[in-house]
Amino acid sequence: MDALRYTVKRILLMIPILIGISILTFFISNTIPGDPARLAAGPYADAKVIEELQEKMGLNDPVYVQYFNYMKNLLQGDLGNSNYSHQPVMEDIKQYFPATLELTFFSMFITILIGIPLGVISASKKDKVADQFARVMALIGVAMPAFWLGIIFLLFFYLKLGVLPGSGRLDTGLAPPETITGMYTIDALLTGNWTVFKSAVIHLILPGITQAAVTIGMITRMTRSSMLEVLRSDYIRTAFAKGGSEKRVLYGHALRNGMMPIMTLLGMTFGHSLGGSVLVESVFSWPGLGKYAVNAITYLDFPAVMAVTILIAVLFILVNLIIDILYQVVDPRLNYD
Amino acid sequence: MGRRILQSPLTVLGIFLVAMIIILAIFAPWIAPRDPLEVNLGQKLLPPSSEHWFGTDEVGRDILSRIIFGTRISLKIGLMVVLISFPIGTILGAIAGYVGGMVDQVIMRLTDIFLSFPGIILSMSIAAALGPSIENVLLALAITWWPWYTRIVRSSVLSIKSSEFIESAKAIGANPFRILFKEIIPNAIAPASIQASLDLGFVILAAAGLSFIGLGAQPPSPEWGAMLSSSREILRDAWWAATFPGLAILLTVLGFNLLGDGMRDLLDPKNR
Amino acid sequence: MALLEVKDLKQHFTIKKGFLGEKKKVKAVDGVSFHIEQGETLGIVGESGCGKSSLGRTILQLIKPTSGDIFFGGKNITHLPRKEMKELRKDMQIVFQDPYASLNPRSTVRAILETPLIVHGVGNRQERRKVVEGLIDKIGIRKDQLDRFPHEFSGGQRQRIGIARALTLNPKLIIADEPVSALDVSVQSQVLNLMVDLQKELNLSYMFISHDLSVVQHISDRVAVMYLGKIVEIADVEELYRNPLHPYTKALLTAVPIPDPTKKRDRIILQGDLPSPINPPTGCAFHTRCPVATPECKEESPELREKAMGHWASCIHVHHEQSEKTKINIS
Ligand SMILES: Nc1ncnc2c1ncn2[C@@H]1O[C@H](COP(=O)(O)OP(=O)(O)OP(=O)(O)O)[C@@H](O)[C@H]1O
Ligand code: SF4
Ligand SMILES: [Mg+2]
Repeated sequence: MDALRYTVKRILLMIPILIGISILTFFISNTIPGDPARLAAGPYADAKVIEELQEKMGLNDPVYVQYFNYMKNLLQGDLGNSNYSHQPVMEDIKQYFPATLELTFFSMFITILIGIPLGVISASKKDKVADQFARVMALIGVAMPAFWLGIIFLLFFYLKLGVLPGSGRLDTGLAPPETITGMYTIDALLTGNWTVFKSAVIHLILPGITQAAVTIGMITRMTRSSMLEVLRSDYIRTAFAKGGSEKRVLYGHALRNGMMPIMTLLGMTFGHSLGGSVLVESVFSWPGLGKYAVNAITYLDFPAVMAVTILIAVLFILVNLIIDILYQVVDPRLNYD
Repeated sequence: MGRRILQSPLTVLGIFLVAMIIILAIFAPWIAPRDPLEVNLGQKLLPPSSEHWFGTDEVGRDILSRIIFGTRISLKIGLMVVLISFPIGTILGAIAGYVGGMVDQVIMRLTDIFLSFPGIILSMSIAAALGPSIENVLLALAITWWPWYTRIVRSSVLSIKSSEFIESAKAIGANPFRILFKEIIPNAIAPASIQASLDLGFVILAAAGLSFIGLGAQPPSPEWGAMLSSSREILRDAWWAATFPGLAILLTVLGFNLLGDGMRDLLDPKNR
Repeated sequence: MALLEVKDLKQHFTIKKGFLGEKKKVKAVDGVSFHIEQGETLGIVGESGCGKSSLGRTILQLIKPTSGDIFFGGKNITHLPRKEMKELRKDMQIVFQDPYASLNPRSTVRAILETPLIVHGVGNRQERRKVVEGLIDKIGIRKDQLDRFPHEFSGGQRQRIGIARALTLNPKLIIADEPVSALDVSVQSQVLNLMVDLQKELNLSYMFISHDLSVVQHISDRVAVMYLGKIVEIADVEELYRNPLHPYTKALLTAVPIPDPTKKRDRIILQGDLPSPINPPTGCAFHTRCPVATPECKEESPELREKAMGHWASCIHVHHEQSEKTKINIS
């Protein structure tokens, strides 16, 4: 019951944040130097055309009217037209978004697979060699410029060894699987297309690991410190005293209790990966939102940049919302204030 | 205190790295073997050698010299962003915590909004709106960074403001302004300043990322992110052009992180 | 005319409880009246949470009273404009319990002692210097220690610095909120003696808050006993200790203080739990723990009445000893 109330309250609290985000992005959009109408019309349009366009785009309206229109469009999913592709940004995004999501999920999968055990080992072998090693790795991971790591991977695995592909989502010549989710690995699995599945996974490896390097560092550190806290608590000592095997106590009892803060961090990690996609995707020519945004920057395609910004922020908020709610549902002891 | 710092080898490494970067930045013209912008097409794409330790790039510029001069740009961005966002964040956080009520609500919701953009996304769009240049990246990062300090300072202010020494300042008749600036802020600032020293590294990292995607420093500036970006075109022929600038970023960020971690452990022994 | 007079003072805190933030009231101070004469010490005793500190803070208007009036030197100071309130702050000061928390850890002793003078624009630099140096001489701190930070002093020294700070503006009244509770017993008497000496020298009035009955006995001229936000008994010190009337006071005087490691000081432990000030018991608030309670005590709330000359108590089962004298108004 309380969990339900919490959920409702939490969702209601999201509304002002979303409005705030829209105001902020609206302000950013309005600071573009130069005239959006001129940008949209292109460099050779004559003054009359531009004037008409200004009127049509509502640029002569008072600011609040402009904001109101902006908001109305946002709510209808209208993110404007790309100055570059000349189609609605929403269409572009629909095309690029699944690639980003796939990469993000994959890198989070790697992060969890490596980061959490590394943190657990680090905590259980505190101050031993394994711990020192894990901590130094984590430190380096956190300080790592992912875009550089990606380039180094390219140099080594693609250019030098030639064992892994360096760009794109599939081998050239392979047709993408039938679109269900837009994530190639999943769609290939669903349609039972093994060749495509293999190719898609192989293409994910380098960008996925690059993306994960930083978040592994974050998760390892967080897991370590929350495990240390749990391990110090009485009931874990009791579990050990009762003769529970180390593995069982560590992964069964301790990790389950240390999981809460880690879950919150996973939410942050998700955001971090989404943000990092801007860099990593452009290193690996991964046709996702990040690459789309960077291209848009190059072509001064401002509506596209803002659309990606808004979309990623909203996604980030939603993920954190879901995690917060799960948090409450899983652990009813928490108070709701 | 000095003794305890030196007991942690990682902190010592951090101090060493940061000191080195600062020295390189200050004495760049004397330390760098060549002019970082000097084009020499006869010497292009040379691999590392005793002549050019880190090799040369596609127009024959000495990469070592460029990296050494790059410390100046990175350090400047890091310092400026922290110097702008730290006081803004601190003052807002102190006001939020001290005044409370509606003011607190408004300020904290504002930080929520800024922090709901992940990573470099917000600074990316601000920098894109302002147009590509180092100054704009600096501004964009400052605009996105202050809320972190606001949060940290607010929570320390909340714990300090009910202290008895604050009450006795009130009993003396000190006005709220004096209480905030003379009594509360000096005591609330320590955790935030540790964060600031960690952030120097992260700001440098973010700025390099923005330059990498074409928003910050523009060629031929010897900014590390921009150097990495242009190295991609010659990746096949010159691994060194990509390797060393990235290593410089990594070591710089690592240096500030280690230093910040060391300071935190020093102030809060519980943390280890 | 009394230096300080408090009439029916109330301090009700509103707190939010539960998920939806239902508002509850904590009646920390609930209709308290008393007075303090010039040069007199009034001791305030009671268990933890009975509202002693809230009373002190409310009198100084560090928190605005919910209702009631405070008179200082005959003048109602409850609704003073800002400027006059600041002037008045020179006359009333406070000394806190925790000498660690009551001094700004990042100010030197000199800065701490000079601040009140700066705030009130007293004198120029040299004159302030002289005042500060004169003060530390009184409290036994050396001149060469002035530029040190609080953490470089012992607890007793720190508390003396806290007292000196309260004295910088030449106040008439000092509210001392458990000024020696956090100190070692050996240091306690030093600080108490200092306070007594200063009182004689400067003709100070003290409102001395403490849970330690022997300390209060030592320093006070009169003593008020508080229970759940109300004064239940008030009398001259000898009278109160020799002839306690209220069952609560009797219980306090027979109870043995128990060291409480979590609070860094002793606590009075009585039978039964202290009721919550959010939902105080009906009738006489003490009836849940009173050994001589009768059914009426649940219904009727006793008022503070003069039971003997200058000896006031609020209990329906304590009767007037010399009823004709009760007409003399003491407050
Ligand atoms: N600012 C406040 N907001 C809400 N409740 C408060 C506040 N200050 C005090 N209280 C409550 O008022 C009651 C009286 O507190 P007060 O600190 O005055 O007691 P005390 O007698 O000084 O206790 P102690 O001996 O522990 O110092 C307590 O129940 C306390 O929780
Ligand atoms: S009124 Fe009743 S309950 Fe209260 S103190 Fe007197 S006898 Fe006890
Ligand atoms: Mg108290």
